[in-house]
Amino acid sequence: MPEILDQARTQVLGDGVGLDQAGILAVLNLPDEHLPAALQLAHDVRMRWCGPEVEVEGIVSLKTGGCPEDCHFCSQSGLFTSPVRSVWLDIPSLVEAAKQTAATGATEFCIVAAVRGPDDRLMKQMREGVAAIKAAVDIQVAASLGMLSKEQVDDLVDMGVHRYNHNLETCKSYFPNVVTTHSWEERWETLRMVRDSGMEVCCGGILGLGETVEQRAEFAAQLAELNPHEVPLNFLNPRPGTPLGDRPVVEGKDALRAIAAFRLAMPRTILRYAGGREITLGDLGTRAGLLGGINAVIVGNYLTTLGRPATADLELLDELKMPVKALSATL
Amino acid sequence: MTTMTTTELWCDRCGESATATAHPACASARQLEPPRFCPRCRRRMKVQVLPVGWSAVCVEHGEIRG
Ligand code: SF4
Ligand SMILES: [Zn+2]
Ligand SMILES: [Zn+2]
Repeated sequence: MPEILDQARTQVLGDGVGLDQAGILAVLNLPDEHLPAALQLAHDVRMRWCGPEVEVEGIVSLKTGGCPEDCHFCSQSGLFTSPVRSVWLDIPSLVEAAKQTAATGATEFCIVAAVRGPDDRLMKQMREGVAAIKAAVDIQVAASLGMLSKEQVDDLVDMGVHRYNHNLETCKSYFPNVVTTHSWEERWETLRMVRDSGMEVCCGGILGLGETVEQRAEFAAQLAELNPHEVPLNFLNPRPGTPLGDRPVVEGKDALRAIAAFRLAMPRTILRYAGGREITLGDLGTRAGLLGGINAVIVGNYLTTLGRPATADLELLDELKMPVKALSATL
Repeated sequence: MTTMTTTELWCDRCGESATATAHPACASARQLEPPRFCPRCRRRMKVQVLPVGWSAVCVEHGEIRG
């Protein structure tokens, strides 16, 4: 057994204290033959500190495309030649999407907009949309609307949005290679305000943007410092027309090493499979991740791409004897 | 008598000619992506992805759903 896993067994599994950046890097650098042991330990940590439940979430794009920012992985930036066009979802369709999500057994519904931050029109649409969902569907509403002002944070709390997603996307040292229209620190500031408001903080990122393994460890350590309620883990799905459109996808084993490492960095967080798992991990890898530290999934489609059918994920959870977290457990 | 052909003229993923060459990579990618270009006129469509399904609208040829 490599020394880092012995250390993690005592420190993370035993005491619930996450690995530091050096420890995370050691896990990310484990040779293939020790990957099963790392995943098993990460799974044990998840079971001990989070339990067997899996949190299921659906997401929908309220405003797609035409974003003024230049996140190099994103097909919704208006600055690249991506074929994604700008489109708004109307409120009846938003409510229908929430109903479809609730029908899968999901307890979370996240409303996402491709913007730098919300303007008055978007906040109005949110206020009406969240009220309409709450009147018609039994589900918790989360939002992801970019960078916020303090007033907007307060408005979202007032609407009953219980969790806010704002991804740091990658570590601080690599961020300027991925985004030039705003800074990592600006994102951090929004996250700080969200946390201070009492809303749950959801913050993760994308692996495979060209960051080094050291920077992947840096990222996990920075997330652990933020201590978010939830960390969505995406793997780059290279989008045509974006600056990262020709990057290779993350190797399955590297993705699994990252899952184990992120769990060992953050024993208590909700670690969610988000986008890109279908192409990076396939069905077998998806299962390995759920047995290696993941305890939440996005089911159904994503914002501009499609996922596997929700039933496929729910059947897998059933087979793995992992109960879907119920709404009563989250209220 | 002439009949309207329903053959797709344009690849609905990359917008290039669908009759000149085959698009195996696009066809494979389309399993996890909605269409982006109208296969009849090559216009970029307005696409809304939903948790279940998607809709794509061409200003000239109307809506398709999947
Ligand atoms: S801010 Fe969001 S929607 Fe806009 S380019 Fe960046 S990731 Fe895409
Ligand atoms: Zn094509
Ligand atoms: Zn058309």
